[in-house]
Amino acid sequence: MTPALTTENLEVTFHHFRALQGVSLDVAPGESFGLVGESGSGKSTLLRAVAGLAPVSGGSITVNGNVLGKSRTKAFYREVQMVFQDPYGSLHPRQTVDRLLLEPLSVHGFGDIEPRILRALDEVGLGSSFRFRYSHQLSGGQRQRVAIARALILEPSILLLDEPTSALDASVQAEVLNLLEQIRRDRKLTFIMVSHDLAVVTHMCDRLMVMQNGAEVERLTASELARRHVTQDYTRNLLVASQGFVRPGA
Amino acid sequence: MSTMLNVEDLRVQFPTRTGTVDAVRGVSFTLGRERLGIVGESGSGKSQTGRAIMGLTPPHAKITAKTLNFDGIDLLSASVKQRRALRGSRISMILQDPKYSLNPVMSIGRQIVETLRTHEKVSKSEARKRALDMLAAVQIRDPERVYDLHPHEVSGGMGQRAMIAMMLITGPELLIADEPTSALDVTVQLDVLGILDNLVRDRGMGLIFISHDLRLVSSFCDRVIVMYAGRIVEEIAATDLRNAKHPYTQGLLNCMPEIGADRHPLPVLDRKPEWAA
Repeated sequence: MTPALTTENLEVTFHHFRALQGVSLDVAPGESFGLVGESGSGKSTLLRAVAGLAPVSGGSITVNGNVLGKSRTKAFYREVQMVFQDPYGSLHPRQTVDRLLLEPLSVHGFGDIEPRILRALDEVGLGSSFRFRYSHQLSGGQRQRVAIARALILEPSILLLDEPTSALDASVQAEVLNLLEQIRRDRKLTFIMVSHDLAVVTHMCDRLMVMQNGAEVERLTASELARRHVTQDYTRNLLVASQGFVRPGA
Repeated sequence: MSTMLNVEDLRVQFPTRTGTVDAVRGVSFTLGRERLGIVGESGSGKSQTGRAIMGLTPPHAKITAKTLNFDGIDLLSASVKQRRALRGSRISMILQDPKYSLNPVMSIGRQIVETLRTHEKVSKSEARKRALDMLAAVQIRDPERVYDLHPHEVSGGMGQRAMIAMMLITGPELLIADEPTSALDVTVQLDVLGILDNLVRDRGMGLIFISHDLRLVSSFCDRVIVMYAGRIVEEIAATDLRNAKHPYTQGLLNCMPEIGADRHPLPVLDRKPEWAA
């Protein structure tokens, strides 16, 4: 079976800074793959490189068997869509939800616009009453739902998720994570999810890669992580940190 | 334990075009030299409670309270000048994101010195020395270098340490920390909390720690207040959190994914209208 996404020795260089230093991974269709690391580890850069938003300086990216060149085709964007971290920054402030959802459809020349918009809103748990609102009239969780609807409306097979819940309250995070899981199940999507939160990634993903300074630290399955079967000190530190604050001597 | 801060029936209201928004609706608590956590979701009024104590509520908002008393001073009837003298010297506040809350066009050292010299009569060289000592106290390895850096030149963790240094240099008795580590990486978060913990303990300050992260707060504080829709729904000792009674507190604890726990789908909060009543 052809992998949904493969990167080989992927390098990204911003001016003289090597943000990604030869990262290889492969994600099977229908799999959910996690990327974990701290700020500056290159986890988001990897996603952005796949989406064509970061300057690739070496290596290759293959999506569904097609090697990607410098530019991305329309067909690529129908297959691969991205949800960004900040729901406050990723929606156009002067466009209604309707307009936001219409744009990808008209870019890709879809016909049956009306039912698609209604279905997309319904799928992310927003009623049609949200259709003509502006993003400032929505809460953070509702905005992220709109962003997810916008990604799904083109019926992609791969969803790139860049910290989709880190700007949300814990209770809203649970709702959005449940929504993402349900969508993945229903549509048999492939997820590549970036997060700094080990708990979120182990909850959502089957396999994950820990990154530091633009390179891979180690690759784990969620169950290995749950059983604390980690080999690298860096991952162990992340695990300790995710347990919360412990007063020394207590 | 002597009471430092006494809050009784605090209300904060914002008049808007579509009617009054009640951000805080009758919050009461007392604080001694201890660590108190205030937890809630966005819009629960936790930050507005902190800001009302600090005196940072926007002028168009209406604050009322039966008592709002800091060390014998009635904060509601205090003059603007009195409040200004308190703010930053006896009551300090650490804000969430050092990227936005530090002055971008002023070096870190100068900002700390500015705070100090606003509240105390000290010579420039003395102020510089104390700022450097304070930077060392927040475990910045090379204080001389960081003193001359601007906020954009340092990492988030370093910026937040600089902010803690700035807020503690006047030796406040009450420190309000509003989501002090939410903008930081998990590992850096623990370093910053460790520093804060030591300083609060060594200097015997009272601390109000405002956060949306119930688990983090409970690992850091002695006592936790849980807020929902502008009210306190539960007050509980941090060690007792597992036995929380209110469904909202239980829901907040439950909805976080845990490493090793296989819970699909995650339990979500089923908000009851009577919680807000």
